[in-house]
Amino acid sequence: MSVAQTPDDTGAASSSALHDTRTVLDGAEIARALTRVAHEIVERAKGADNLVLLGIPTRGVFLARRVAERIRDIEGRDIPVGSLDVTMYRDDLRRAPARALLPTDIPTSGIDDKVVVLVDDVLYSGRTIRAALDAMNDIGRPRAVQLAVLVDRGHRELPIRADYVGKNIPTSHSEKVHVLVTEHDGQDAVLISGGTTTESSATQDTTTEAHA
Amino acid sequence: MKRHLLSAADLDRDDALLVLDTAAELASLTDRAVKKLPTLRGRTVVNLFFEDSTRTRISFEAAAKRLSADVINFSAKGSSVSKGESLKDTALTLEAMGADAVVIRHGSSGAPHRLAHSGWIGGSVVNAGDGTHEHPTQALLDAFTMRRHLAGGSGDLEGRRVTIVGDVLHSRVARSNVLLLATLGAEVTLVAPPTLLPVGVETWPCATSYDLDSNLSKADAVMMLRVQRERMNAAFFPSAREYSRRYGLDARRMAQLPDHAIVMHPGPMNRGMEIAAEVADAPRSVIVEQVSNGVSVRMAVLYLLLGGAQLGAPGDSLDPAVEA
Repeated sequence: MSVAQTPDDTGAASSSALHDTRTVLDGAEIARALTRVAHEIVERAKGADNLVLLGIPTRGVFLARRVAERIRDIEGRDIPVGSLDVTMYRDDLRRAPARALLPTDIPTSGIDDKVVVLVDDVLYSGRTIRAALDAMNDIGRPRAVQLAVLVDRGHRELPIRADYVGKNIPTSHSEKVHVLVTEHDGQDAVLISGGTTTESSATQDTTTEAHA
Repeated sequence: MKRHLLSAADLDRDDALLVLDTAAELASLTDRAVKKLPTLRGRTVVNLFFEDSTRTRISFEAAAKRLSADVINFSAKGSSVSKGESLKDTALTLEAMGADAVVIRHGSSGAPHRLAHSGWIGGSVVNAGDGTHEHPTQALLDAFTMRRHLAGGSGDLEGRRVTIVGDVLHSRVARSNVLLLATLGAEVTLVAPPTLLPVGVETWPCATSYDLDSNLSKADAVMMLRVQRERMNAAFFPSAREYSRRYGLDARRMAQLPDHAIVMHPGPMNRGMEIAAEVADAPRSVIVEQVSNGVSVRMAVLYLLLGGAQLGAPGDSLDPAVEA
């Protein structure tokens, strides 16, 4: 989910809140971050053997495809990319009317004994990733599961951390992080909106993270 | 989505497409080793069947179990209903057991509506066929099957021609299909002998005809209805043989269909009566696929009715705040 706890976010919604919105990553910075993440994935996996990228819809899927393109540029080979919808596994389903499902598309080669890299746009509470791990458990048994996110905004509520992070962005709970991708929103950007006295809350949250 | 699914008319175009899209995602579950989702864990679904059924009851049971709901099967035979228990007392018993949804099939038209609006139970009611009235999940699975074969598996059925043939008078499947297919933009023609068309059919959003042969060459889908002898207490046609000759789908008639057209039947079939065995087993027959699609569609309906927060209806005993 691009905006944690605001499932119906779209580019249009975020542009309506532009007056209190600031850009934390522009298109070029996102591109560099994804290139670095791709290199880190290849380095950790010592090549691209047995790698599978699974994006979490909606925007995680586009990010997964871009990382896969970069890995192809580095290693000269295609790696399987899919999508994994976690809606049916969420722990907050009964707090809102039933949601529409998003596409799940597991590469035909499967995930058994592969190194699966989950790709999402924002890591926040960690609950989406918990749901993704459960969803994957019903599909197969990977050799290892890793997590790549474009933005880690802190405030974890579960013992989950990312293996590859595009950018750590300290935030307060009252702020919203919007990830826009060209394929879905017409432009590449990471925006933050909302929140009061941004400076102090950011500092405060950095301190909180140090404790965590 | 409304709180209950009693009629195909309860679904507007967006609701219907939401059910079909959800079912399309859930259909991929059938290819998986673990055919189960945790979504309805802790919810109870009661299958309340006052009439005999094979595929609908099994289909609802499989759908609820694949979503991890607890399933209680109730059939009138062998229950206190045969001792004279009323629908109300049966419903109160189910409510006391904490049913979150009741899937009901009943011989009397309107029984699901009565159950949903009486205040006897707090959960959702799903109509699994009531008398000669409606069978909305059958219409959904038929639309799902047509969409897969005729519309590339997405969107609506705008402009597709569907011919529904046979015992429309006693068919809840036909009524629900006409309503849902009209919502999805399809053009429906009912073909039946005059005695087997219901009074008031001219107000339905469809065309009618007495002649099958003239309605085959342009059809994208032909749906054959079962001749429901158990509901017939009068002579609606001279003989089974004559019915079969005029309204049965045999190989000669199947050859008149366009190449892409599919043959459907809600089951159970009377082979040799409304449909010839060679047609039922032909490659363009999707009758078996209808059954497997039924599970996905019923999973989608149960998920959309029960998966999220339940909205408290007026006079309802469920408190949404407590639910959350």
